[in-house]
Amino acid sequence: MKEATKTLHDCRDAFARELECRAEADDRVVAVCNDSVGSSKLTGFRDRWPERLVNVGIAEQNLVGVGAGLANGGCIPFVCAASCFLTGRALEQIKADVAYSEVDVKLCGISSGMAYGELGPTHHSVEDYAWLRVLPGLTVIAPADPVETREAVRYAALHPGRFFLRLSRVGVPALFPEDHEFVPGRADRLREGGDLTLIANGTLTWRALAAAELLAGEGVEARVLNMATVAPLDRAAVVAAARETGALLTCEEHSVHGGLGSAVAEVVVEEVPVPMRILGVPGVFAITGSANALLDHYGMAPAAIAEAGRELLRRKG
Amino acid sequence: MQTQDPEKPTAAELAELSRRIRRLDLETVYRAGAGHLGGEMSVLDLLTVLYFRVLRVWPERPADPRRDRLVLSKGHTACALYCVLAERGFLGRETLPGFLGFDSPLNGHPNRVKVPGVETNTGPLGHGLPVGVGMAKAAQLAGADWRTFVVCGDGELQEGSNWEAAMAAAHHGLDGLTLLVDLNGLQQGARVEETNHLGSLEEKFTAFGWAVREVDGHDHGALLEVLEDLPAERGSPTCILAHTRKGRGISFMEDRVEWHHKVPSREQYEQAMAELETGS
Repeated sequence: MKEATKTLHDCRDAFARELECRAEADDRVVAVCNDSVGSSKLTGFRDRWPERLVNVGIAEQNLVGVGAGLANGGCIPFVCAASCFLTGRALEQIKADVAYSEVDVKLCGISSGMAYGELGPTHHSVEDYAWLRVLPGLTVIAPADPVETREAVRYAALHPGRFFLRLSRVGVPALFPEDHEFVPGRADRLREGGDLTLIANGTLTWRALAAAELLAGEGVEARVLNMATVAPLDRAAVVAAARETGALLTCEEHSVHGGLGSAVAEVVVEEVPVPMRILGVPGVFAITGSANALLDHYGMAPAAIAEAGRELLRRKG
Repeated sequence: MQTQDPEKPTAAELAELSRRIRRLDLETVYRAGAGHLGGEMSVLDLLTVLYFRVLRVWPERPADPRRDRLVLSKGHTACALYCVLAERGFLGRETLPGFLGFDSPLNGHPNRVKVPGVETNTGPLGHGLPVGVGMAKAAQLAGADWRTFVVCGDGELQEGSNWEAAMAAAHHGLDGLTLLVDLNGLQQGARVEETNHLGSLEEKFTAFGWAVREVDGHDHGALLEVLEDLPAERGSPTCILAHTRKGRGISFMEDRVEWHHKVPSREQYEQAMAELETGS
């Protein structure tokens, strides 16, 4: 497909570059990790500020608790670990020490979704939206490209509050202009259209855009919303999309249960019931393979997203 | 009682203060109809010595960045902390009758957003020490002289997160961190040794790279001696194994597992109050 020939970016690079910029500008910025210096792309940070990289070893409960303590002590901690371990192993610490304690920790779930696709479901993180979006006051963000990643890291560093940044290592094309203004909780309309709306984030945004192009070739105009922030959700954008296009299709590198699609559905059923489809991992422990192969397998290749859109249009009538 | 320096009560004055706070705690729990009296009587002398002689804190400026931090990891004994904070001036004493009341700031577990002087929200066990390690690391990074104290229970040490944190504290050489273990030998359902035996905590913490001290956790003078000589070893975190008795000060509660969270009857309450009038 056309997009595959474009330059693809590992968003961890943008994350690491911006984290170093923030660390240079503010010595309160520290990185905390669980023996994940390499996979969290923290080698540059470690080389420049070895004392400000707090590596607690393979101990995620302690990792998050230490992050909370560092924040109490005046630091701005970016707590980095593979998303599956950060959110699964340390969920109670995220709930009690960070969210409920209202302590400003910036949680970075690295290699989220099915980035470790070949390693199997122990290493997949397709439950993290469901676990985290219900925690009050925790802002959950899944950037879709390097610019959005950079801006999300910058925002989290410069603003008080508790953040979970869901960062993938799976290559994605550049989507946003350099001067893109990132606002948490605000959906970005990447494509205009009145026939239906595709809502996606993270690694699915470019796929949704590609699907919209396929539909456009058939005269179907799909609106595309990049919903980087899963919590708090941009309810107004969902309501407007439902009212103005009458059908919603969500796409996510997450279980179909409890994630972006569920969050959108909660708004739709309360505000503007319209036909809807939720694309994601269909409530199973995924088979193994590369992330892109698995996304294709579970019906999220651009052509399959487009086909789901056509079905939805038929239901819309 | 007269004292030379009101900022520095003597051991005897601290003992008297503890007795008064025990009465306050008993009254508060009795009135609320719920609480964790056994563990509160156990930990109260530690908290009194810490708040009235050891911690550098300012009740009128509870969030001063230079303050020493205290984390009550055994959060279910919140009422003991509230009573100490009230005596120390962080809270008005008139707030104590609100303990466990509808929408009260004085929940069954301490909440830093609602209660001045509370540093982190505890309740689930095994959370305090990791957070304390982060605090001590922050002070170390900043080259600051404020210190971190974590108070945990002994049964609580069955939570693995403590041992993750114990390793990290020693690895990072956090000598600004002190852990006080309220070693009363009882947990909610039975004796610790019957439930999941901890073995020698002295040997365990030493093996984890900590400096370990043992003390009678109800002897204010002995506690002062240990707590005014920190760190026990430069470059290492300090673990103080404070030997205590659950229900301390009330004869029918002492060392009795059923008083983990039982509430006294009226007769028992009156007897306990009378014992705390005259007890040690």
